[in-house]
Amino acid sequence: MADQGKGRSPARTGTGKNVPAKTKTKAKAKAKAKPDFDVDGDSDKNAVQEFLAPVAGFGVTMSTLFRPVVTEQYPFEKKGTYPRYHGRHQLNRYADGLEKCIGCELCAWVCPADAIYVESGNNTPGAQYSPGERYGKVYQINYLRCIFCALCIEACPTRALTMTNDFELAGTSRAEMIFEKETLLAPLRSGMLAAPHPMIEGTDDDDYYRNEVTGPSLDQVDWVRERRPDDETLEAAAAAAQRAAQATVGGAE
Amino acid sequence: MSSTTPSATRGAGPAGTEGVHEFTATGGDWDQISAEAERLGDERIVVNMGPQHPSTHGVLRVVLEIEGETVTEARAGIGFLHTGIEKNMEFRTWTQGVTFCTRMDYVAPLFQEAGYCLAVEKLLDITDDVPERATLIRVLMMELNRVASHMVAIGSGGNELGATTMMTIAFRDREEIMRIFEAVTGLRMNHAYIRPGGVAQDLAPGTTQMVRDAIPKIRNGIAELEKITLANPIFIGRQQGVGYLPLAGAIALGAAGPILRAAGLPFDLRRTQPYCGYETYDFEIVTETGADAYARMVVRFREMRESLKIVQQVLDRLEAQDRQGKHPVMVADKKIAWPAQLAVGTDGQGNSLEHIKEIMGTSMEALIHHFKLVTEGFRVPAGQVYQQIEHPKGILGVHLVSDGGTRPYRAHFRDPSFNNLQTLGIMCEGGTIADVVVALASIDPVLGGVDR
Repeated sequence: MADQGKGRSPARTGTGKNVPAKTKTKAKAKAKAKPDFDVDGDSDKNAVQEFLAPVAGFGVTMSTLFRPVVTEQYPFEKKGTYPRYHGRHQLNRYADGLEKCIGCELCAWVCPADAIYVESGNNTPGAQYSPGERYGKVYQINYLRCIFCALCIEACPTRALTMTNDFELAGTSRAEMIFEKETLLAPLRSGMLAAPHPMIEGTDDDDYYRNEVTGPSLDQVDWVRERRPDDETLEAAAAAAQRAAQATVGGAE
Repeated sequence: MSSTTPSATRGAGPAGTEGVHEFTATGGDWDQISAEAERLGDERIVVNMGPQHPSTHGVLRVVLEIEGETVTEARAGIGFLHTGIEKNMEFRTWTQGVTFCTRMDYVAPLFQEAGYCLAVEKLLDITDDVPERATLIRVLMMELNRVASHMVAIGSGGNELGATTMMTIAFRDREEIMRIFEAVTGLRMNHAYIRPGGVAQDLAPGTTQMVRDAIPKIRNGIAELEKITLANPIFIGRQQGVGYLPLAGAIALGAAGPILRAAGLPFDLRRTQPYCGYETYDFEIVTETGADAYARMVVRFREMRESLKIVQQVLDRLEAQDRQGKHPVMVADKKIAWPAQLAVGTDGQGNSLEHIKEIMGTSMEALIHHFKLVTEGFRVPAGQVYQQIEHPKGILGVHLVSDGGTRPYRAHFRDPSFNNLQTLGIMCEGGTIADVVVALASIDPVLGGVDR
């Protein structure tokens, strides 16, 4: 550095309390050495500014009075987070309502805090929860262990696990902070058919992974109507499947 | 012990305090205790400052031996924030290690990540394969983090002197940097963003403009802090000549960073042992000659401006790259590169549909790599490596030993706060108790890093 220590050290060794006269000389010595630390270009202070340097802080305070307040009124006004924010997890579904989680446990393997517990189960013809052979039967995330590093969502091979921007995670007991699958599962959007039900006729799990499923089919609706006639998602899903079928027919003509 | 009738017991406390009467005070009046001490006629009085004292910069216990107001001996008692991070890293894969080491010095998390990843890359011998863009992003994040760390040093140091305004201004402008970190990494601290082989994901769209918009605000904040402090008679009175540690002492005790540069030695690893391409940036190594708390503050102020200079140069390069199209941010070697391509959608952030299509739909090999890297991790050739980087507080050294497995045999961090804290005694002895606070703030230890 070219301007290293330009005659500055002598002024720095005093330790006593400052009497006003002393302060003045110090301030002057300081102003002379100003270019040393003021690399921002505002070093060309005039005599008045030099004289006022010891009380320049009051100027900062005064000017701050007339600036907008930066304090966020958090619980009353929520500013939100940036899209990439690592918030609460969510287990997603395909458009026909089948769960994306295939119970592979990669999230649990990669979790450096051992916060995730997964137990997979077999999909059976009578109870198919996800495309393919397996599904996540038990899925727990312990939010007292989770460090929100997002390795789990990076590990998930089916985008079953994502992180939302919801950061308001608080509870009153330890048990309550272990989120179960029911809590983590994304709510069924209108037109989705609640699992379990078979995959769409004529598709295999690869079609699901390629994201080629756009909604429930009439076959799936019939399957559920036969077994769970009181299912709440049935009517909306039936309507969606009907619309999709008509659109396909219309498109074919 | 009752607060109204202080009494003393002969204690066999920590080494060096044997034979000194022990007082336990809960509430009550210090006058009574000092009267009792006077009655007993002890020559030595040992006082614990911390670990719950608000001016010890965290859970640091300072054992002070005092004579009146004068400190005759000061020792740092550490370990209250020991979290066993280094040991835990031996039981996690090399990639998972990033999520742990980032939590050491939590005020400057990106430096631990960068140092650790550079060390792992050196051991893997892929230092030259790390993509240019990943290195640029690392430099951008590190320099912003350096500003944020110095802001905390100056702001909390001022707060400990009673200057709350210093803290509010410093934290207000640090917030600009925290926002950038949140937009890029998804977290405000403890990011786990830098990974062996590159970074977790590319910058978020619009980040360079966001940083450009933030720089004037940060500059303004620095200028305001300077106006409040550098010429202020009270600040000068509290800081100048306090915590004096000349160059010889700093070198003998292994202090680095602002402590060393404030004593006049232009030692900065970014210049002396360049890494991450620092030799290609135009910046100055800031030095002062005061060797006291004031000089350290001045060094920090000027370093923040130098860091912003580097940030602007990185932004130019990043924008030049943006105009050329997409650049990789992770090494090409599929046996090492962390297999994730994150994308934000209506369902939140997760692996992009293209990535899912590739691993689940088209490439069995990609799926095998994905599973192997996620569950087991990559293997690192047996050997050991020592990587140093310039942390805002000094030299951060990362010593990694590999036995050829998927996890470190040993991971050791030479945290700058830990070594710098050794200078506390020589800085404080002979001064007053009030000066201990100033000296400690000028060292700026972060106890998460000291205790690890």
